[in-house]
Amino acid sequence: MKKEYILLLIFFASLVIYPFIFENPFPRHLLIMIMLYGTMGIGWNIIGGYTGQVSFGNAAFFGVGAYTTAILLSKYGINPWFGMILGCVFSSMVAVIVGYPCFRLQGHYFAIATIAVGEIVQILFTNWEYAGAAVGIYIPILEESLWNFQFHTTKLPYYYIILVMFTCALLLCYAVDKSRFGYYFRAIKDDPDGARSLGINVRNYKLVAFILSAILTSICGTFYAMYVLYIHPANTIDLWLSIHLCILVLIGGLGKIFGPVLGAFIFIPLTEFTRVYLGSEGQGIDLIIYALIIILLATLRPQGLWGMLARSRT
Amino acid sequence: MEGVLAQTLVSGLLIGFVYALVAVGLTMIYGVMDVVNFAHGDYLMLSMYFSYWLFILFGMDPLYSLPAIVLVMFGIGVITYYITIRPIINSPMLSQIFVTFGLLIFLRGLAQFLWKVDYRMIPDTLVSGSFNLGGIYIGRPQLVAAVGAVLCSGLILWFLKNTKAGMALEAVSEDKEAARLMGINSDRMFALSWGIGIASVGVAGVLLSNFFYVFPEVGGQFCLIAFVVVALGGFGSVVGAFLAGIIVGLVEVVSGYLIDPSFKFMFVLSLYLAVVFIRPQGLMGRK
Repeated sequence: MKKEYILLLIFFASLVIYPFIFENPFPRHLLIMIMLYGTMGIGWNIIGGYTGQVSFGNAAFFGVGAYTTAILLSKYGINPWFGMILGCVFSSMVAVIVGYPCFRLQGHYFAIATIAVGEIVQILFTNWEYAGAAVGIYIPILEESLWNFQFHTTKLPYYYIILVMFTCALLLCYAVDKSRFGYYFRAIKDDPDGARSLGINVRNYKLVAFILSAILTSICGTFYAMYVLYIHPANTIDLWLSIHLCILVLIGGLGKIFGPVLGAFIFIPLTEFTRVYLGSEGQGIDLIIYALIIILLATLRPQGLWGMLARSRT
Repeated sequence: MEGVLAQTLVSGLLIGFVYALVAVGLTMIYGVMDVVNFAHGDYLMLSMYFSYWLFILFGMDPLYSLPAIVLVMFGIGVITYYITIRPIINSPMLSQIFVTFGLLIFLRGLAQFLWKVDYRMIPDTLVSGSFNLGGIYIGRPQLVAAVGAVLCSGLILWFLKNTKAGMALEAVSEDKEAARLMGINSDRMFALSWGIGIASVGVAGVLLSNFFYVFPEVGGQFCLIAFVVVALGGFGSVVGAFLAGIIVGLVEVVSGYLIDPSFKFMFVLSLYLAVVFIRPQGLMGRK
């Protein structure tokens, strides 16, 4: 147990000092993306991994977070931090509106429904003139400060903002994992009828899991909008984003706190590596590797790579 | 005005038959073994590429290469079953979703790697252009695809109702235990359903390649439409899928005509939500 705390401490200490060792923009950007996807992966893991409800629609929450912030800032000059909070409120509302009817559905019916909802949200934003339609929204450039959530001379503050978000997401996931909620979520995943017969309100707990997932993803949407300063339906509400989240949690480890973290540390570097070093020649190689890992894990050990690591240690 | 509507309905009907054929394979695999193949559209993509390359490399028209591609797709379906589906047949539903999801990622990755993300189209096919029938323009390749889809769906239905293997398939889909007690080897039936399911989507792919662009993502949209069709028809019902395919084709073009073409896909997807909320067993499904 003690050894694990020390490892954890080393992990976070190295994240804190990392930008001082790597001062070039690219390695910093790489770790920002890892932590961004890690945070979203933790969000996906709560609904998909713990509660066992496969969502291919989480990109919708990412989009709602990004668009709420961007619209409020560009049309009304409202502070992005407030936009982040309001984005969470809207995302939670979407989660309830979608989740309430959909959580009656079992397994694949639910998974397909989330694809449908995600695609519908994307079509709506692509045709919504007020929100820039297919062109999207350029976020107005403000003076750089933490309050304005904008930094132009260096990416360093973004790095520490996402590090704080990532840490909070991990703490939240840890709290869920160890609390009554975690046990209920797992019970719903393993045996919904059994959970119901023990008096657990299955639908309400699925909704709680979905809202937590929505909030974590929505916050990432706000961060992304302020980080790249230009959003459009294809870079925010795309089915591929939802698919990527599913991939990284599956290879890292389903229903494990550090599963999505490990997944993000494999997924982002491998994808960037094939894109930068292999270029168009290596296109798709990363997907083939993930697919083989996913199929092997699902047919042999459903615990993910983190589960294999944990097993080999004990 | 009326002419435009009639034109719209005809094109909806024609594409609806193709949707039906894509969905027939999906619903058959589901009916026989309760597995939803999330990679179904990507097998469609694969057969479109086969058709494209046979034309480019050997000058074989899609209609001539059709039989060979169907055989290959049948084999790919059976191999897919034995390698990836058989080990998880008794696993929780989550593992089943993830395996076919893994197949989706694999096939798209493979297509991106081998053939890049370019949009490709067979330049000059045996059937092309369109003809005028009482003021309505009918595209020849679309008509050939629709007729082919009807023939293929009919053949599958005939096979299910009139042959020993077909009836055994139906028996397995109705009651696995009882079928096993009657001496039906369910393992071979599962393999057969994957073979026929993938072969039929292969036929759809070849027919589509006559007039549709081929690219690694092309399966995504068709797969989503197939989900809608299968849900509307009733999961597992081949006849239901056929009727639902036509309905979905009509919904797509009519909503595009009445409201706005950019929203037509949204209406098709809303149809899925409406069906699973209001009538989960679909038109012809068992409860």
